Amino acid sequence: MTEISEAFATAWRLIASGDAELLEIVSLSLRVTGAAVVLAALAGLGGRRALVALLSTGMALPPVVVGLALYLVLSRSGPLGALELLFTPTAMVIAQAVLVLPIIASLARQSIEDLAREYGEQLRAHGASRVQAALTLLYEARYSLPTALLAGLGRAVAEVGAVMIVGGNIAHVTRTMTTAIVLHSSRGDTALALALGLILVALAALVNGSTEAIRGAARRAGA
Amino acid sequence: MSARMSPLTFDDVHFAAGGRKLVCGISFALGSSGISVLLGPNGAGKSLALRLAAGLLVPSAGAVRASAARAIVLQRPVLLRRSVADNVAYPLALRGVPRSERAARVRRALEATRLAAHAERPARTLSVGEQQRVALAAAWAREPELLLLDEPAAALDPGATRELERAIGAIRDAGVKVAMSTHDLAQARRLASEVLFVHEGRLLEQTPAAEFFRSPGSEEARRFLAGELLA
Repeated sequence: MTEISEAFATAWRLIASGDAELLEIVSLSLRVTGAAVVLAALAGLGGRRALVALLSTGMALPPVVVGLALYLVLSRSGPLGALELLFTPTAMVIAQAVLVLPIIASLARQSIEDLAREYGEQLRAHGASRVQAALTLLYEARYSLPTALLAGLGRAVAEVGAVMIVGGNIAHVTRTMTTAIVLHSSRGDTALALALGLILVALAALVNGSTEAIRGAARRAGA
Repeated sequence: MSARMSPLTFDDVHFAAGGRKLVCGISFALGSSGISVLLGPNGAGKSLALRLAAGLLVPSAGAVRASAARAIVLQRPVLLRRSVADNVAYPLALRGVPRSERAARVRRALEATRLAAHAERPARTLSVGEQQRVALAAAWAREPELLLLDEPAAALDPGATRELERAIGAIRDAGVKVAMSTHDLAQARRLASEVLFVHEGRLLEQTPAAEFFRSPGSEEARRFLAGELLA
């Protein structure tokens, strides 16, 4: 019991003092995750009917399998080996983008589709062209699209399997919060692992809180 | 538009969907002023006729000719997730009406529908009756010569219906031709200058309102006026 409370105390000291290694890991995690979500969001906007089934399947993709597949593609003898991306943050961004794309695209698509059903005839009655109607629907989805992005962010930031494989968990290069937790807890260095864990939990709470705040704003707007 | 030219004519208009004939050869020419009421039981084809008139549906056969700028208010209008004023401004923005003119037209439409006090409220938080008036204001702000209203008071309580009918009357008095559907006999009596009685996808008669309510020209209309429930 004292061991656990000591670990917590040390973890808290690490966070409070802004420990350099901790901050470096957190910063890389956030940059990788952020870039992945942006990439996936951009790609997801282009999703069409033929992709829908694929996307739904993709929502349940096991991260380690994605990591392994990408590892094979990016490894020296793989088709994209010449790009020398394996064990770089870029490879991790690609892996996470592949993982969160189906989530963001499916949720975004669903909300736009619901709105299209709700507003279809009304927008034609207003005299909107197809392009005008599409732009209007995107604007009307302004409360649900950020929720889709946050769902993707939540998955990406907590992901460990794929980034471990394609990133290699190299200190100061590709070590993220989740891969660091795996490493440090296996070494028995629970303090740093716990500190990172606490930050991850705080991030999850932040994502959840943001989602709730958006829902609240939507309710007040009668959405 | 000349005073004598009809703002809307139906020439043997048919409409079928899913293998069923829903509108069967309707022909009429609307008068250029006042309120023409499409009256008839539910399912008679009134809403379809109005959608055909608005150009939201294309007839299977026959021709719809509108010589006037039209706007339609649907039976269950869906308001945008923005303020009342922005909802009324939306169709004007679609048409590229300059911002300054837009504001003036929105203000006029909101005053005429007694919604000015609600201009900045989120439109979807208003009562059903108020939302119906927002839709009416948005259609009117387009300055149509022909305003089509599909069962505008179908879901409203008497108070909200009175407010809505007052707004419709104001629009008529401003010189806009109104064509509306209703299955509510009392409402038709209050508003109609002429009645188009529709039953089972057919137009059974087009008669000046006073004459229609005194001595309707068709057996079905007689039974409808007597309070019978037409199938």
